[in-house]
Amino acid sequence: MRSGWQRSLLLPLCVTVVLSWSLLPIAWQVTTSLKPNAELLSLPPLFPSAPTTEHYRVLFEEQSFHQSLINSAVVSVLTTVAALVIGALAAFPLARLRIAGKGMFLGVVLAASMFPAIVTVGPLFVIIRALGLRDTWWALVISHTSFALPLTIWILTNFMRELPDDLYRAARVDGCTPWQAFIYIFVPLCRPGFAAAAILVFLFSWTEFLFALTFTATEASRTIPVAIVLFPGIHEIPWGEMAAASVIVTVPVFVLVALFHKHIVLGLTAGAVKG
Amino acid sequence: MKAFSDTRTGTMFLAPAIVILSAISLYPICALIWLSFRHHVLPFDIDQFIGLENYTALLSTARFWNSLVVTGYFAILSVTIEIVVGVVIALLLSLSFRGVGWVRAAVILPWAIPTVVTAKIWDWMFQPYVGVFNYALEAMEIIDGPVNWLGSPVLAINAAIVADVWKTTPFVVILVLAGLAVIPQDLYRAAAIDGASSWQTFWHITLPQLGTVLMVVILFRVVDAVRVFDLLYVMTGGGPADTTETLSIYTYKILFQTLQFGYGSALGVTMFLLVAGLSLVQLWIGRDMFRRMIGKRV
Repeated sequence: MRSGWQRSLLLPLCVTVVLSWSLLPIAWQVTTSLKPNAELLSLPPLFPSAPTTEHYRVLFEEQSFHQSLINSAVVSVLTTVAALVIGALAAFPLARLRIAGKGMFLGVVLAASMFPAIVTVGPLFVIIRALGLRDTWWALVISHTSFALPLTIWILTNFMRELPDDLYRAARVDGCTPWQAFIYIFVPLCRPGFAAAAILVFLFSWTEFLFALTFTATEASRTIPVAIVLFPGIHEIPWGEMAAASVIVTVPVFVLVALFHKHIVLGLTAGAVKG
Repeated sequence: MKAFSDTRTGTMFLAPAIVILSAISLYPICALIWLSFRHHVLPFDIDQFIGLENYTALLSTARFWNSLVVTGYFAILSVTIEIVVGVVIALLLSLSFRGVGWVRAAVILPWAIPTVVTAKIWDWMFQPYVGVFNYALEAMEIIDGPVNWLGSPVLAINAAIVADVWKTTPFVVILVLAGLAVIPQDLYRAAAIDGASSWQTFWHITLPQLGTVLMVVILFRVVDAVRVFDLLYVMTGGGPADTTETLSIYTYKILFQTLQFGYGSALGVTMFLLVAGLSLVQLWIGRDMFRRMIGKRV
């Protein structure tokens, strides 16, 4: 269909353009994080004359960045576990049991995934303040879990639906309770679905900003995205430290994408949520 | 009898999800509507019922209308560019060549990184004196002196759209790639036999076959672009002179900088109705496609 010269010349050119567009901004941030302060104030030089880890040192030794790192990790992991457990429990009857109002429930779940966070953040703030949960991990875990649930339920329901119909019936005939069928048959068979959902939920919680900005007050619970925005700049904007923090928060994302991009694609095409 | 017992078991499985979704997603919507009819300012314990006053105040506020226009401009332009660029990149990556898997993974990366980082990356590149963007443009002699991209009322929103396109196009690429993969190859063979050009094949086979996928992508992208917050909040904070202040950012400022929870909630309700309305309109336009899709899935 395509002639030889097009494939051998045009294709590499187009791929290079696409790769540069996707990766150069990130590479530039990495370069920035390694530049000494003096070289951040002018261009050229494009590249640091002597790469330095000074900005990384400042992050950990002067700004207690490790606390933000811990906060982000704890919140994301707890959110992922909670969303997967609650989501799997909900997906099973939606995919397999004959229950009244199933379609309506899925409709509500789908509608809930469309709610802009900015719409609920006000009332949620009032609730969280009243419960005394402000500036705790729990405020973020609960709100993130709730926002990740529609996507999780949607993905897992789709995966459980694709298992053969007879599986559940055979299990029941053999004397399994619905609970046993769920734990011993459906959960193990849906591993790819769990992997896809887990990665998407983790990424959502790891990168979430609005709730994290609103419900945290001190570095005791502040996650990395909020820490990056609230970096103390006394005289000028600390571009070097912000770049270093950006690089650190991107590393886990980079690893997840490199290892599991097929699962991400699988989850997104099953769920088609999160922009 | 059987259906009844299934419903009881099912409800037990569903209970945790119902509890958390009701408490964290549905209850706040109700609270929002209730608050929007009240004069409620947080620090002074002011709280009284004022009916529709928040809404009439909103309709006569120029800043509200400005935020609507900004939101519309941002959503229309960013989604249009993302769809076009996304389809082109997806077509490229649907070809089979060595290393295509790695290229696909690399293309996903901007979508996966935190939006806050995206905002900082582009903020840094758009800086007038130390930004690499001006440096490159000056080196190519396209501009004479430094351009203040994020400080100019005309340029700031467009600069933000560039950043948004960078971040969200991968989402379009992923879904369109999945859509391309399920187009029957017979259609292409038939087109080749009929002597169709690549261009004709694209317009008459690829694009119509992508219809459903594109409807879904546009639905999600429009809803997402209309509620855009993180990117603009970090990049411009709504400035300069409110030219990048979208409805979300305006709402956030009213809620958490002025603590006017009543008026802020009226803005929230408006936002909710806007998003719900846009979704319903799109679902209605694509009703036949969605019916077919759900019929296939359920």
